Amino acid sequence: MHNFDFVKPASIADAVKALSSDGAQALSGGQTLLPTMKQRLAAPAVLVSLTGIAEMKGVCRGDGGLHVGAATTHATVAKEAAAHYPALAALAGGIGDPAVRNRGTIGGSIANNDPAACYPAGVLGSGATVVTSKRKIAADDFFQGLFSTALDEGEIVTEVRFPIPEKAAYVKFQQPASRFALTGVFVAKFGTGVRVAVTGAGQGGVFRWTEAEAALSRSFAPGAVDGLSLSGDDMISDLHGSAAYRANLVKVLTGRAVAAAG
Amino acid sequence: MTKVSMTVNGRAVSGEVEGRTLLSAFLREGLGLTGTHVGCDTSQCGACVVHVDGKAIKSCTVFAMDVAGAEVRTIEGMANADGSLGTIQQAFQDHHGLQCGFCTPGMVMSAAALLAENPKPSEADVRHYLDGNICRCTGYHNIVKAVLAASGQDVSAVAAE
Amino acid sequence: MPKDHGIGASSKRREDIRFLTGRGVYTDDMNLHGQTYAVFVRSQVAHGRIKSINTSNAASMPGVLAVFTGEDFKDVGGNPAGWLINSRDGTPMREPKRPVLAHGKVRHVGDAYAAVVAESYAEAKDAAEQLAADSDIEELPAIIDMAAAVANASNRVHDEIPDNLCYDWGWIEDNRAAVDAAIKAAPHVTVLELVNNRLVPNAMEPRASIGEYFPGTGDYKLTTTSQNPHLTRLLVAAFVLGIPENKLTVVAPDVGGGFGSKIYHYGEEAVVLAAAKKLARPVRWTAERSESFLSDAHGRDHVTKIELACEKDGTFIAFRTETMANVGAYLSNFATVTPTFLHGTLMAGPYKVPNVYVNVKTVFTNTAPVDAYRGAGRPEATYSLERVIDKMCRELGLDPFEVRRKNFITTDMFPYTTPVGLAYDTGNYHATLDKAIEIGNVAGFEARRAASAKRGKLRGMGLSTWIEACGIAPSHLVGVLGARVGLYDAATVRVNATGNISVMTGAHSHGQGHETVFAQIVAEKLGVPEASVEIVHGDTSKIPFGMGSYGSRSLAVCGVAVTKAIDKIVAKGKKIAAHMLEAAEEDITFENGSFSVAGTDKAKTFGEIAFSAYVPHNYPLETLEPGLEETAFYDPANFTYPAGAYICEVEVDAETGKVDVVAFHCADDFGNIMNPMVVEGQVHGGVGQGIGQALCENTTYDDTGQLLTGSYMDYAMPRAGDVPFYNVDYSCQTPCTHNPLGVKGCGEAGAIGSPPAVVNAVIDALHRGGHTHVKHIDMPVSPSRVWQAIHG
Ligand SMILES: Cc1cc2nc3c(=O)[nH]c(=O)nc-3n(C[C@H](O)[C@H](O)[C@H](O)COP(=O)(O)OP(=O)(O)OC[C@H]3O[C@@H](n4cnc5c(N)ncnc54)[C@H](O)[C@@H]3O)c2cc1C
Ligand code: FES
Ligand code: FES
Repeated sequence: MHNFDFVKPASIADAVKALSSDGAQALSGGQTLLPTMKQRLAAPAVLVSLTGIAEMKGVCRGDGGLHVGAATTHATVAKEAAAHYPALAALAGGIGDPAVRNRGTIGGSIANNDPAACYPAGVLGSGATVVTSKRKIAADDFFQGLFSTALDEGEIVTEVRFPIPEKAAYVKFQQPASRFALTGVFVAKFGTGVRVAVTGAGQGGVFRWTEAEAALSRSFAPGAVDGLSLSGDDMISDLHGSAAYRANLVKVLTGRAVAAAG
Repeated sequence: MTKVSMTVNGRAVSGEVEGRTLLSAFLREGLGLTGTHVGCDTSQCGACVVHVDGKAIKSCTVFAMDVAGAEVRTIEGMANADGSLGTIQQAFQDHHGLQCGFCTPGMVMSAAALLAENPKPSEADVRHYLDGNICRCTGYHNIVKAVLAASGQDVSAVAAE
Repeated sequence: MPKDHGIGASSKRREDIRFLTGRGVYTDDMNLHGQTYAVFVRSQVAHGRIKSINTSNAASMPGVLAVFTGEDFKDVGGNPAGWLINSRDGTPMREPKRPVLAHGKVRHVGDAYAAVVAESYAEAKDAAEQLAADSDIEELPAIIDMAAAVANASNRVHDEIPDNLCYDWGWIEDNRAAVDAAIKAAPHVTVLELVNNRLVPNAMEPRASIGEYFPGTGDYKLTTTSQNPHLTRLLVAAFVLGIPENKLTVVAPDVGGGFGSKIYHYGEEAVVLAAAKKLARPVRWTAERSESFLSDAHGRDHVTKIELACEKDGTFIAFRTETMANVGAYLSNFATVTPTFLHGTLMAGPYKVPNVYVNVKTVFTNTAPVDAYRGAGRPEATYSLERVIDKMCRELGLDPFEVRRKNFITTDMFPYTTPVGLAYDTGNYHATLDKAIEIGNVAGFEARRAASAKRGKLRGMGLSTWIEACGIAPSHLVGVLGARVGLYDAATVRVNATGNISVMTGAHSHGQGHETVFAQIVAEKLGVPEASVEIVHGDTSKIPFGMGSYGSRSLAVCGVAVTKAIDKIVAKGKKIAAHMLEAAEEDITFENGSFSVAGTDKAKTFGEIAFSAYVPHNYPLETLEPGLEETAFYDPANFTYPAGAYICEVEVDAETGKVDVVAFHCADDFGNIMNPMVVEGQVHGGVGQGIGQALCENTTYDDTGQLLTGSYMDYAMPRAGDVPFYNVDYSCQTPCTHNPLGVKGCGEAGAIGSPPAVVNAVIDALHRGGHTHVKHIDMPVSPSRVWQAIHG
């Protein structure tokens, strides 16, 4: 790992200032960034730790739903969101392992936008709003393909605001080695309709399965997606599963998520 | 080099570190606490698990400077005050929960975190909680058994002793 | 009442105390004054010609002390193959030189071709990165697929080996025609083509080595993660660097698992020694896990076609196999024997089959070297046999339990000579099968299946009846077969003046519990407390010349050496006692730690005899040397033959293809048991690895030779949640007839017997679920493969 200067600001404003210096990068839980730096795939000159910023931590009810600070760990969300948004809490509680959940954060996860990560499905499936150091971005606009988001240079995610659906569930099928999502499906039923977000499967990262949304909006039942056909064309194909296999998983898991949502 | 201070196993310690110094390296090389092991470079094996402010974390995946001021507990801090094995350690010995011993410090630290959260876990709870701790020697049987036993549950019915 | 002491007791492991308190000392835990750090520069291409390496930039970087390339080692010896195999036509195998650092060509991704030594790890790493950038390596087409490697004569891993073939071995070649004829005439032949998937051993402690040199005496010291320090010393000193053996001490301290991968000598060990001499400072190296994936010897990697010829009632007539075995880019130390004598000689299984012929072509490819991994050759044999038998049972509609029963060698047939050259001394295969059926509650399967079905899962049951040859090995026999080493072991028992005992063993413990179990044996035999016995292992300056631990040999070979040394101690003790008690030597008996004159109450304790041996005031000095220390070397008369029956139950989720192992039952015959707790632990570990091989582990290189499964992100290690509690029974015991402990060895059994049980169970589940078109799925039987098979 290359060396760098380490700074740990106590406020968002100071963090943004620190991030404006050359080669500066945000560090949240480090559960993605550190392994990447060990492989020398990232070599920041300055690392700006976000874990000392109190205003970026915590889970609370706010207008329109549940507000989760970007530096809130997966473990904290699993515990504190349980009473308000159980599907989101369960998603957080299923990420990685306990030690990863005690460090990894929602902000880091969605900023990284790994195509096999869980949170992007939860954020997109919920139609959440991503609050950053300079604006608010709708989930539909935030995720822009593999490891890519709407964030500008030096812009940090500070909070994610989740509307709370009537019913929701996330079902993840683990990749056998990494335990990330080989495919994961987040289903959320709102008064206005159903959202279905799929992670792990799409070549372009997390995506909404609109046909399923339409079918489930008509009838929120596990069997409602049975008749749909999902093409493998845009699906990932790798060691752990072909595109056709992933397309199958998307369908199976969507049905199971609906069943789990009740 | 920057000076970093923290509490390790109840003792105030400090040392000179670089930005890139991992907590695992600070413990092993800086403090000579080599019970914390490093078994991978992708944050998966869990041989390096320690507690920071009471929570299990992978010490290979956090910078020492990021946990300045924290309370750290390692395998070296798990024995009873008189030096005898703590409850979990004793259960691991009683039930042969280790062979080569390399994964063991991380296993014990993860088990301790589990039992602090969930004092009477089921077999499935234990297996799920240890998802981030890889053991190549034991096939996990006796590790799971030891953790259940450490929680005070009767493990005599678990397949053969 | 189970024993609480000595042989047969589940004594708790004394070594656990240090491991559980973080006080174990593994190689990387050592911290030496003046130490320096080595980092290796590894090939990023699978096959390439080294055109130039410009070392000057790296050498002038901060903290850099030395840079080495293949050029620096071109005149020292190669790392040798330990076993000469001859091809069917009698020609010896092709044996390319394996250099310390790649020279001229790089032959696999991860092949080390240079090394940097610096004051700090970070500096060495930076300079290594620079050196990689300053290396001009012309990429050549990679040779990855075995069939293509043999077919394409123009593309060569080693320029001097035209068809990339190491050897084409037939066993037993003289029987070939008879086996062919028997198969031709047979009423039924089942054919199965299968892959025994390539595995990375993944001991949790990565390899590490520290070289030291002491200019005052010219002595070297190598501290290294080894399963056999004397073998490593022999290889690195005599064969590679040309250091006199007696000027090199090799220490293998606490070692975090091996499973075969730490048997071998690796080039990194030679480099740290050479560098230590050059710098006169300690030089240390610890592999990152990514390096382990690229450079540890891998295991398995066979592609096999097996044919089983039988009567319509399932009576076996013949087995015939054709295997291509991948040896990787270089011959690792035991690479040539693993797919041959450790595999072909087991191809009769526990069955009275009259005709067996095995053909193995071993092929060089641009991949990491492949060598023995837990079980080594025997899992491959067992998998082929037990899978093809299962397939035959389905084809003929026969019961797999009955077919095994019908074909087992029966107890009245021992000693039994197989058509593939082994002489099984004893066993009772019907007994272990019956036991497995009992503990597995086979009768209750249908009810369990119905319960699974209610939960939407397909349940299946798989059987595997396995045998292995271990306790490696009788030297005269292996010598005839091409071994270049002896495979005896050695122990020294030193009774100290105060009566406590130090036992120095050639065997090395890296998880097996020797420190406890060997002490139990000594305590039992000498009638002393276990706590008074200390086991010393892993340091060539302390222990006698032994061959280390692998091949389930520690107890069956070194353990016997310990008992032989004890016999000598007792014999000498009797002489001393006879003198002290003024009796005839023949009248002295030794029992429970006391030497007494038969028929009298005259006796001396073991401690009194020991004291007298070292303070020989009242002692027969004219006829007997003082001191009480004996060494024994033991060379086994035969292999040992543990065997057993494994039953696995799985649930398959047909929609996703996911397989869960829900029950695993083992009925093993290990002969006599020294410590039941440790034996169970060994079986658990082996079965865990076997389930890993069957369900999730796989090593994949792409066409260009890049390792796609180079970290735990893509190489699926079994986790706690992937396995059930195992049900282990070892009550069927037919003690080994040719060693005095009656022990057979249990270290590899679990990994040998389990993979076919798992795969057979998956196929069974699919058939019961109506997917009868699925005849076979290659390991790992991953969710996507199962789903593909169902839908294929
Ligand atoms: C063993 C293991 C298993 C895992 N399993 C899963 C899994 O099953 N599912 C899953 O979803 N994830 C998994 N992860 C990833 C984990 O959830 C990470 O925590 C997460 O992806 C990144 O969060 P972090 O806080 O650790 O971010 P970091 O690693 O600190 O940062 C990641 C990236 O985001 C940037 N960044 C961080 N915070 C912000 C911010 N607030 N604003 C802008 N940019 C920011 C960083 O600069 C960096 O580029 C796993 C990780 C490990 C090590
Ligand atoms: S060393 Fe930390 S997870 Fe492997
Ligand atoms: S005891 Fe060896 S890795 Fe767990």
